[in-house]
Amino acid sequence: MLNYILCFVLFLVGLYGVLTRKNIIKIIIGLCIMEYSLNLFFIMIGYIKGGVAPIVDLSSSQNVKYVDPLPQAIVLTAIVIGLATTALLLAIAIKLYKKYKTFDIDKINNLKG
Amino acid sequence: MDSLIPLFVIIPLGIAFLIPLIWKLIPSVFKYLPATGILFLLVLAFYILIANGNETLIYKVGGWEPVKNVPIGIHLVVDGLAASMLIIINLIGFLAGIYAIPYMKKFTGENYFFVLFSLMVAGMNGVVITGDLFNMFVFLEISVISSYALVAFGSSKDELEASFKYQVLGGIASLLILFALAITYWYTSTLNMSDISHLLKQAPVNKVTIFIQLFLIAGFGLKAALIPFHAWLPDAHSSAPSPISAMLSGVLIKAIGIYALLRLFFNMFRVTYEISIIITLIGVLSMVIGVILAIGQWDMKRLFAYHSISQMGYVIMAAGIAMIILAKGGNRNIAILSLTGGLFHMFNHSVFKGLLFLNAGSVEYATGTRNLKDLGGLSEVLPVTSATSLGASLSISGIPPFNGFFSKLIIIIAAIEGRFYFLALLAVIVSIITLASFMKVQRYAFLDKLKKGGSNIKEVPFLMCFSMIILVILCLVMSLMAIPGIRETFLMPAVNSLISLKM
Repeated sequence: MLNYILCFVLFLVGLYGVLTRKNIIKIIIGLCIMEYSLNLFFIMIGYIKGGVAPIVDLSSSQNVKYVDPLPQAIVLTAIVIGLATTALLLAIAIKLYKKYKTFDIDKINNLKG
Repeated sequence: MDSLIPLFVIIPLGIAFLIPLIWKLIPSVFKYLPATGILFLLVLAFYILIANGNETLIYKVGGWEPVKNVPIGIHLVVDGLAASMLIIINLIGFLAGIYAIPYMKKFTGENYFFVLFSLMVAGMNGVVITGDLFNMFVFLEISVISSYALVAFGSSKDELEASFKYQVLGGIASLLILFALAITYWYTSTLNMSDISHLLKQAPVNKVTIFIQLFLIAGFGLKAALIPFHAWLPDAHSSAPSPISAMLSGVLIKAIGIYALLRLFFNMFRVTYEISIIITLIGVLSMVIGVILAIGQWDMKRLFAYHSISQMGYVIMAAGIAMIILAKGGNRNIAILSLTGGLFHMFNHSVFKGLLFLNAGSVEYATGTRNLKDLGGLSEVLPVTSATSLGASLSISGIPPFNGFFSKLIIIIAAIEGRFYFLALLAVIVSIITLASFMKVQRYAFLDKLKKGGSNIKEVPFLMCFSMIILVILCLVMSLMAIPGIRETFLMPAVNSLISLKM
């Protein structure tokens, strides 16, 4: 149970970073931490103690335990989606830096009301 | 007919990949591709709704049949609600695609615009037709990532800032949704929606399902910009190019926010009384606060964006009233009436809000500004834009015979019959404030005296007028959907897929 709680704590650490940091790059890192904690969570859901990789081997004995392969497939997809989001965020961050000459979120405040 | 379902994703996705090729070979054609493909899908969606009505079409991707009644592989499902949503998405997508052809001429990189536009439509169609939770997340990300890029398309200071805000909040929302999916998979060991609903509808409500539901409310509430999760919407929707604003406000927040919320809460979970109170409360808050924030705005698109929050509040409030009645075991017919009003208002909203954003785009295209203080007397020089915007304004404020009147009326009648007198009163008051703020738009932008040098302004190109005229005609025609006889064909299949009409 402890590992699930730690995973949730990692999620909250990321959320705290996104909500409190002023630097754009640190906000992006916070989002990445949140995403990694979820990937970790998915892998832990699929894990069975003593389980092996889910490749069926007919020659071995029948009572082999396999880990759940579906969360692994999901994590692969989630990593790719996370890559796209992070790449776009960083591209926008570079453009913002070129326009405003700062990474401070408090100084980037044209839009109000 | 089942085998036609994947076309809703394949065609826009294929067009998105074809445009970079065709742009090099035949540069004059690529602009027309998205609109053509989406028009075909619109016809297909109409055909499915009329021919299939209340039946459910299922397409099993890869042909994986269920083993021992456990579904494996991804299922694509089209029922009444999904077919109606497909019609709305492809209708607004088609008209925005046509509108964008002349509008985007002043931007560089038109080809990238149309690629992203097609990807967004593909993602939204995918969210609506999928029957698998994780697949829904993937399509949702396709549509929102392309919308992040489209918001930043002009790459000026404001647009970049709005896009960054949108991305951070949208990213948090996606991760909350993904977390809820992970816990759902842990609890039920399946990702197929109908399979999960079999398991969860029978099991008693416990802490795990309530935890999942709270995460989903936060996640989809952020995507749908319901108050208190609304901070990104006015910036993002007002900074995007106008056809994209029409898509974002008209369909994106509905397809990936409201639709997903309604689908999961009505079809998957057993909703408790407390959760339905929370949903109704969020709806009422959005409805009231959205309109109060809207009335003080001077930027046309920003004003319309705040109204999107307020009008989505109506939809969520109506759905919440239906949930409360169902959770308490009250009169089923009132719940059905309330949900009918909510869904009807959602379809109407996408038409008139799409039209309003296209109007704002035309004003910006012709005059170069959208600040209400700098405009005036445009009805003389922009006759089509001003006439259509008058229709849309009357429609959103709920003046008969426009469609907004009938859907608001149904919601208010349902609230009174369900003894939510206070909510009915609030709905009427918000409608009056809406009328006031749209009178402000009409007064400052279109009536009044023409500003100096205003006589040089020319009416916008034909294709832009065409989209606006079609939409204003739809504003009138859609009010027919409230009439018995037509209602059974177009509106009730959507309601039927959320609450079964037969007991």
